[in-house]
Amino acid sequence: MLASILQNIINALQWGSFYSLIALGYTLVYGVLLLINFAHGDIFMVGAYIAFFVATFFLSMTTLPGWMVLALTIPLGMILTALVGVSLERIAYRPLRRKGAHRLYVVITALMCGLVLENGNLALLGASRKSFPELIDKVVYTVGTVTMTNLKVAVILSALLTFAILQFIVTKTKIGMAMRAISYDKFAVPLMGIPIDTVIVFTFVLGSAFAGLAGLLFALSYPILDPYMGAMIGWKAFIAAVVGGIGDIRGAFFGGFLLGFVEILVVAFFPSTYRDLIAFSILLVILCIKPTGLFGVAKTTKI
Amino acid sequence: MQKYSVPFLVVVLLVGLVACAQTGFMDLYIQSIVLFMGINIILSSSLNIVNGYMGEFACGHAAFMAVGAYVSSTLNVWLFTQDKFFGPPVLSPDLALYFFPVVLLAGGVVAALAGILIAIPSFKTRGDYLAIITIAANYIVTSTIINMDSIGGARGFMGMKKILFAMSDTVDLPWILIWVVISTVLTIWIIRRFVSSTYGKGIIAICQDEVAAEIMSVNTNKMKLIAFMLSSGLAGIAGGLYAHILGYINPGSFGILKSTECLVMVYLGGMGSLSGSVISAILFTLLLEVLRFVIPWMDTVMHWAYLLPDGYHLSQVWKWVFIPMILILLMQFRPEGIMGNRELSDFFPKLKKFYSFK
Repeated sequence: MLASILQNIINALQWGSFYSLIALGYTLVYGVLLLINFAHGDIFMVGAYIAFFVATFFLSMTTLPGWMVLALTIPLGMILTALVGVSLERIAYRPLRRKGAHRLYVVITALMCGLVLENGNLALLGASRKSFPELIDKVVYTVGTVTMTNLKVAVILSALLTFAILQFIVTKTKIGMAMRAISYDKFAVPLMGIPIDTVIVFTFVLGSAFAGLAGLLFALSYPILDPYMGAMIGWKAFIAAVVGGIGDIRGAFFGGFLLGFVEILVVAFFPSTYRDLIAFSILLVILCIKPTGLFGVAKTTKI
Repeated sequence: MQKYSVPFLVVVLLVGLVACAQTGFMDLYIQSIVLFMGINIILSSSLNIVNGYMGEFACGHAAFMAVGAYVSSTLNVWLFTQDKFFGPPVLSPDLALYFFPVVLLAGGVVAALAGILIAIPSFKTRGDYLAIITIAANYIVTSTIINMDSIGGARGFMGMKKILFAMSDTVDLPWILIWVVISTVLTIWIIRRFVSSTYGKGIIAICQDEVAAEIMSVNTNKMKLIAFMLSSGLAGIAGGLYAHILGYINPGSFGILKSTECLVMVYLGGMGSLSGSVISAILFTLLLEVLRFVIPWMDTVMHWAYLLPDGYHLSQVWKWVFIPMILILLMQFRPEGIMGNRELSDFFPKLKKFYSFK
């Protein structure tokens, strides 16, 4: 009994790590721009595909060992995914922001960009599912009756590391201060000589790069890629970010793990078709009790 | 003349469509396009109550469509047809014709009650948090249906075609077409009456400034409840019609993608513009169908111009790349949508002479 609980906890930690990694990107963009970047889940999908192409390229063109390929794929995948995210911002969001369009129009544009990425991928690469090459040998650690693979440990560690890095950037560095300043007052910040566009681009770079990392890890853990894999997990990660309190790094991190735990535990005790139903019902109840999320701060509106 | 022009046009439209369908002037394909136009008009104008007039951002419209579709389908199948699960028909199939509007309304009412599910949280939250609640509600509804094995679960639910046959056997007319037209006209009429009434102005007041509206004695909670329930009830009616047209529904067809389609139609038409919703729904439906023919044609042209490699053909998937692209471009150059918070009569003031649409 205890062993199965521990095993479920490990699985939930891994599953929650993916949610957390994606939710962190959501939160970064939301915190700075107050924009729900609905394309983020699809950027995660693009990240997985980019990792796939980079890895297969290295495997077919060179004779490098698997771990070397992985070491090359991680930074390359992150950089390329960040490029995709930034180009989305450049092409679609920035002109709208310059025009001072209503926030909702930007959200709709983001939603459409996500659809373009999903279906463009499906149209270009076809519906055949790609299977990710195995780069590193699976090592299984057994503690008592609880098994975990080296990959699981790596995923959990990278989520923690990402959280630490982002927390450090946002709270301790100058550019993080600029981010917080923009979310506090978007109109006064340019007057203080802060290059608002640079900061926003940096935000997108950070968020997309970590979405790319999440995509790579996801592809390593579940090596079947399909174009719609980002949609579902993206929506869910976003809901997790909101439950944690969106615009807050700790909230997103915690919310992702919370959703992971809820889903894995539901699957452990109920039929797996109940997963979405129970998970979302719990989240709805949490949102009804604390409308701004667990870590969120209620905003006062001036009249 | 002014008073009767709109009802006259509606009657002409109805009679014309029915005549075309009966004489075989419209084949089934054209008929289905007309039907889907009607359904999309209901969907987009009903979502416009919440997203346009009230200024909220609800993106779970397909959930209520699902509720309406399932409730009216199960009621109809249970009452009038021989079914594996529900057994023999409870009432004689001859009565299906007379009960159809009642069943449709029942679906709408249950969907309106489901609308309370998101109306209650909306008292406290606004904006993005409400968007999340609606998405979550969408997932909750679809996964609830998946877990109900008695109505087919994930396999879907069928048997609604028999109802249509039963109705045609009683009186030989294209009944579903008639009901779609009537529901569409009624929907537009209800929404128009509602938002132009003193009472419905409360919703527009909420869009402008909720706190100020509350101070000026608009009961905002009640207003929100009404707006959500009206919007979701109408969506439920659209869902019921949709189910009877297709004759087969499954929970997967009422997912986020369907909700996104509704959103696209609302923002394409313009927030808070009823004529915009109608125009955009018609355009959207036509665009979907036109692309079905344009894509193979483009494929041929591009192969002829050696722009594409030989082994690659443009598939119908490109439809869903082009439509978002068109919308992104529209947002860049005309973010307020086609009409942008104005009605037809604001564009063509001379039209007012010819009709009074209250």
